[in-house]
Amino acid sequence: MTSLLPLILILPLAGFALTGLLGRRFPHSAHNIALWAVAASWAVASVVAAAILSGAEPFGEHGAGITLWTWIPAAGFNAEMALYADSLTACLLIVVTSIGLLVHIYSVGYMAHDPGRWRFFSYLNLFMFSMLLLVLADNFLLLFAGWELVGLCSYLLIGFWYPRRSAAEAAKKAFLVNRVGDMGFALGIMAIWFQLGTSSMRDAFARFDQVPHEWQIAIALLLFCGAVGKSAQFPLHVWLPDAMEGPTPVSALIHAATMVNAGVYLVARCSPIFGAASEVMVVVAAIGIFTAILAASIAFTQNDIKRVLAYSTVSQLGYMFAALGVGAWTAAIFHLMSHGFFKGLLFLCSGSVIHACGDEQDMRHMGGLWRRIPATYLTMLVGAIAIAGVPPLAGFFSKDEILSGAYKNGFYWVWGIGFVVAGMTAFYMFRLMGLTFWGRSRLDPEKDRHVHESPLSMTGPLILLAIPAALLGLGIGWPPESGWVHQWLAPVFEPTLAAAGQHEAAYELFGLDGALALVTTSLVAVAILVAWRLFGVDIPVLGLRAEGRPERVRSISAAPIMRSLYRGSAAKWWFDDINDFLFVRLGGRLAAGVFWFDRVVIDGAVNGIGTATAAAGLRLRRVQTGRVQNYALGIALGLLAMMAGYLLIAVVR
Amino acid sequence: MSGSLDSYLILSGILFAIGAFGFLARRNAISMLMSIELMLNAVNLTIVAFGAFVEPLSGHASVIALLVVAVAAAEATVGLAIVLAIYRNRRTPLVDEYHEMQQ
Repeated sequence: MTSLLPLILILPLAGFALTGLLGRRFPHSAHNIALWAVAASWAVASVVAAAILSGAEPFGEHGAGITLWTWIPAAGFNAEMALYADSLTACLLIVVTSIGLLVHIYSVGYMAHDPGRWRFFSYLNLFMFSMLLLVLADNFLLLFAGWELVGLCSYLLIGFWYPRRSAAEAAKKAFLVNRVGDMGFALGIMAIWFQLGTSSMRDAFARFDQVPHEWQIAIALLLFCGAVGKSAQFPLHVWLPDAMEGPTPVSALIHAATMVNAGVYLVARCSPIFGAASEVMVVVAAIGIFTAILAASIAFTQNDIKRVLAYSTVSQLGYMFAALGVGAWTAAIFHLMSHGFFKGLLFLCSGSVIHACGDEQDMRHMGGLWRRIPATYLTMLVGAIAIAGVPPLAGFFSKDEILSGAYKNGFYWVWGIGFVVAGMTAFYMFRLMGLTFWGRSRLDPEKDRHVHESPLSMTGPLILLAIPAALLGLGIGWPPESGWVHQWLAPVFEPTLAAAGQHEAAYELFGLDGALALVTTSLVAVAILVAWRLFGVDIPVLGLRAEGRPERVRSISAAPIMRSLYRGSAAKWWFDDINDFLFVRLGGRLAAGVFWFDRVVIDGAVNGIGTATAAAGLRLRRVQTGRVQNYALGIALGLLAMMAGYLLIAVVR
Repeated sequence: MSGSLDSYLILSGILFAIGAFGFLARRNAISMLMSIELMLNAVNLTIVAFGAFVEPLSGHASVIALLVVAVAAAEATVGLAIVLAIYRNRRTPLVDEYHEMQQ
């Protein structure tokens, strides 16, 4: 069974190679190889995941791996080409391959008219390979290779429409911001090597208690740096919203459902490391929950439909980090899975909306689409309800577990902020729904005429994604705290929880947990109602009709405090401007100073030596007259000088 | 004064000085070769004089003098051949017009 693990990787890699090499020749059928490669990989991964999750041999409770060959055999330094799969891997395998497959199918329709389709599909396949490598790696170096490869694919796909300047710049931004985090990650791997002399993950985890505590903290912080970059957490969150310049399927697959989860996966995978450094756990929780509320507040005022979803992604990733930080490991992975499905669904729906509106992304120029693209509307509604956390959809279960986990583990501040964020999430999602689908059409009349439902290759994946988005929580999260997902992941996180002295408290439906869920759900309901009252024109709910929107929005936003808040949120709290000032302006000055020093002092010294030598040569050339008598005179004078010296010595003696 | 070593040395010094001056001052290549011969013979005279007046050197000096004569003959042959070759090429025996070899 373990020999199937490399097959999961080889299939998309082969798809990438074939599509990349031959695609240019067959531009119209280039997607076929890629599609079938991913479908085959999905099938194999499903078999493997089913085997792991059912505890079949050889995986058992703690998983099993396979060592293919020794990657870097050097004296005293060995890196194995080793794959390993346990139930955490299996959860990620399910998310990555099934969303990947659906996004591939969707892209066939979405990219139908793009001449660079073969390039797109080969990049997507390369991404699948890299992400699966990241998930399956049993070695920090191998994980890092996958980590960097997904970064590369992200760069290539954000900048897929590279003639567009904003796309090229967004790609560059994503790549550069990620490098900041990856630097920390690389240092973390080196620190582990320095302390333990191993690059194997399980080996490092097993012996991690031998590391001095200061080093444990340093290693955990450095690894977390990498996670912060890849998962777009504060202060490195600025790249993800800009990454929406890429084609929408890419946003769904890479920047919502899979790659950005790599940071969460890394922290969860390294739970023995983070568990040993409890100080860092507080940092993780704080950064996570702060990012959650920061991104949610920005999502309030964005007008680009994909940007709202992007900030929502940042916010939900913050939730996951908060869950990791408070020690609710299982809840974090549970939320990762459910978020992968409903956020993938939401992005694909937004792609369908954009497709229908003739590449219009500004929600101010949409509205009233619900009758005209019903399949997209209904599936997106499912996604929105799921992310808002309305029971019994997926988001409710996972979000509720995070909040109750925070409360029960004594992180009341995390719970408090998370509670507010839950309400904010519901509000901005229904603002998005209201602006896009409800009310009167504000579409450009020219584009309005061409509004059409997307082809089956696009709506099919939407419907297929809506099913897990609706039912995943109930399916694997029920009954709460003892559903399948908990049984699956318990062996992975048990040692860490035991070491931290935490244990899963019993779930009390008619006690604390029920009360927490009830409070959160009522806040969500209020937020949805408010959003509906503000933005939901013409959609009757319970026989009520909301009246015209603009007057009400205007009367609320007239208050000065609201206006300043609005401005801050719309300007994304000026993070781009701060970065621009700190790193572009001040950093640019510093760089200019260093450049001056290099040019004037260092280059000056080097060039000065050169010039002096050349000038000396020019002068000394005169000595070589080519006249034999001049040389002879030199010899004679030298002879005389020697003779005089000899005589002088003789006289002095 | 004749019959003493000093007179021979002074004579050969004068001869050498004349040769050196000729070599440095004359522009004609043939004259310069002749000046070199003069210097060589001045040295030869010194060697022979030392051989005649210093007892331990008497056997060796004539051998060295013969060697110098042979070398001088070879030098004159090669020198003259070069001068002739350059003369055919340049149509002038004056060395200060040969400085194209400078670069």
